[in-house]
Amino acid sequence: MKNSVNRELPEDIMNELDYKGFESTEIGNPEIQRVAPKVHVSTGDNKVVSSIEDVVKKTVKDGMTISFHHHFRNGDFVFNKVMRVIIDAGIQDLTLAPSSLTGVMNDMVIEAIKKGTITNITSSGMRGSLGDFVSHGGLKNPVIFRSHGNRARAIEHGDIKIDVAFLGVPNADRLGNANGMNGNAVFGSLGYALMDAQYANSVVLLTDNIVPYPNTPASIKQTQVDYVVEVDKVGDPEKIGSGATRFTKDPKELKIAETVNKVITNSPYFKNGFSFQTGTGGAALAVTRYLRQEMIDNKIKASFALGGITKPTTDLLEEGLVEKVMDVQDFDKGAADFMHTNPKQQEIDASWYADPDNKGAMVDQLDVVILSALEIDTKFNVNVMSGSDGVIRGAIGGHQDASTANLTIISAPLIRGRIATVVPDVTTVVTPGDSVDVLVTEYGIAINPKRDDLKKALSNIPGVPIYDISELQQMAEKRVGKPTPLQFTDRTVAMIEYRDGSIIDTIKQVKD
Amino acid sequence: MEIKETAIAGTLESSDIQIMLAKGANGIEIDLESDVKKQFGQQIESVITTTLNQLGIESASVKAVDKGALDCVIKARTIAAAQRAGQTTDEPAWEVL
Repeated sequence: MKNSVNRELPEDIMNELDYKGFESTEIGNPEIQRVAPKVHVSTGDNKVVSSIEDVVKKTVKDGMTISFHHHFRNGDFVFNKVMRVIIDAGIQDLTLAPSSLTGVMNDMVIEAIKKGTITNITSSGMRGSLGDFVSHGGLKNPVIFRSHGNRARAIEHGDIKIDVAFLGVPNADRLGNANGMNGNAVFGSLGYALMDAQYANSVVLLTDNIVPYPNTPASIKQTQVDYVVEVDKVGDPEKIGSGATRFTKDPKELKIAETVNKVITNSPYFKNGFSFQTGTGGAALAVTRYLRQEMIDNKIKASFALGGITKPTTDLLEEGLVEKVMDVQDFDKGAADFMHTNPKQQEIDASWYADPDNKGAMVDQLDVVILSALEIDTKFNVNVMSGSDGVIRGAIGGHQDASTANLTIISAPLIRGRIATVVPDVTTVVTPGDSVDVLVTEYGIAINPKRDDLKKALSNIPGVPIYDISELQQMAEKRVGKPTPLQFTDRTVAMIEYRDGSIIDTIKQVKD
Repeated sequence: MEIKETAIAGTLESSDIQIMLAKGANGIEIDLESDVKKQFGQQIESVITTTLNQLGIESASVKAVDKGALDCVIKARTIAAAQRAGQTTDEPAWEVL
């Protein structure tokens, strides 16, 4: 069977897991039923447990689904501490359902798979040795990749039923009131972990900082928490975020950022009260800087900035150029620290941020988003998941969710080294071309043919030539040559869900 | 051209290729290291071989460490390595360029 982006889907797995193929980016107005977690009733007086061993013994059984958040990113100590205990306890057949997997977790996940501790994984993404391991067939069951909004949807639907959530926090009181802002290893917004706290049957907090009761502001509440475990260190603050955010000097990135800025400011969305989301990375940060100047020059203020937040964005808030920052995750210490002091930087959970099955998510109100791509094809489909060698090395993150914005801009260089970014067909479709509006490269831009209105608005910008996307593809191919097609086996190692839970593509085992 | 000594050209910077040429006995033998070997390995080897043949080198042992170089770069580094190996750097082989 093929879905609407022309990807062949494996019938046996589709039937076994009761999946439908991706049809459309439209969510419509269905009536849905959300689930609720089990509650082990207590007055809250005996939640503090002295060791991870004790809490694992009390909560984790064979075949369960366990979860973690990835807000500590590469400074995470919690995941490895907990998984060590779970593996050593000989527990088998777990489903691992974290908000995402970061590099520091890779070795432990691989060990857990080899020992039968973990037999299923759902995540936003994976990179490095774990991506390599899975792409070479290391895990029997296919990994299910979900965007941040889709994970929230899947949890609310009961597609992901979390038995035990292990959530690291830089502070908590003895009943489990906690936030991400105070303590040693602070990361700011707890956005992704709030889903687990609300929907898991058992919620275990791990902290290196037990504070007097009651702890405020409480992002995670005592009404949600079963156990509080004191550990020596939850994370390495140096590795949680990138340090000082650096302004790129790469002329190619600057050229792309400048062009993105021109596309935004010449679009009909650049007016008082507009909203935007930018990612991380050199070009995105540079866009924020160019945009700032344009906002000052044109006396335009934004109503909100959304998503993963960096310091350049909170600087705009401080300057009064942005009214509110809606914050699901902070990428650097500057942004994390600022949340502390400014009530206009609102912590939002993943459902509020991006869940499609909602009474309105923030992404539904978004005007402009700038996203990256490993590959984009002549149908505007975007791949952020598999590398040029076909191996898993990325994460959906909020890509599918944020591209529902009124103006979705993909910023990417035409080629990276010898690899073309603009290709005839992406290796893996993650975000459907239907939700992408403009591609910005260092050579010029391409506009999705269904956006005739944008074509008119953007046609006379000095120094910004408009190409047909197939022309850009040919320009790339002329420079790098035609690659030998990648070789895959028939075995499916990962399923890519669209944000509505349908299957947009699969990833096959690489042939070596 | 005859290879008189082992010679090297190019760097390990991204978008470059480092080519080391030594005397060989069985035609052009290439040991290629590249992140894009799966997609462009054959193409890279064919550019190196063709360039060496154009310089009149039929036999050489080549060690190539590629960092995503384009064909024009591969050709330039191969010529430079070959002329150094043949000790002919003061007589550039213009017709090959």
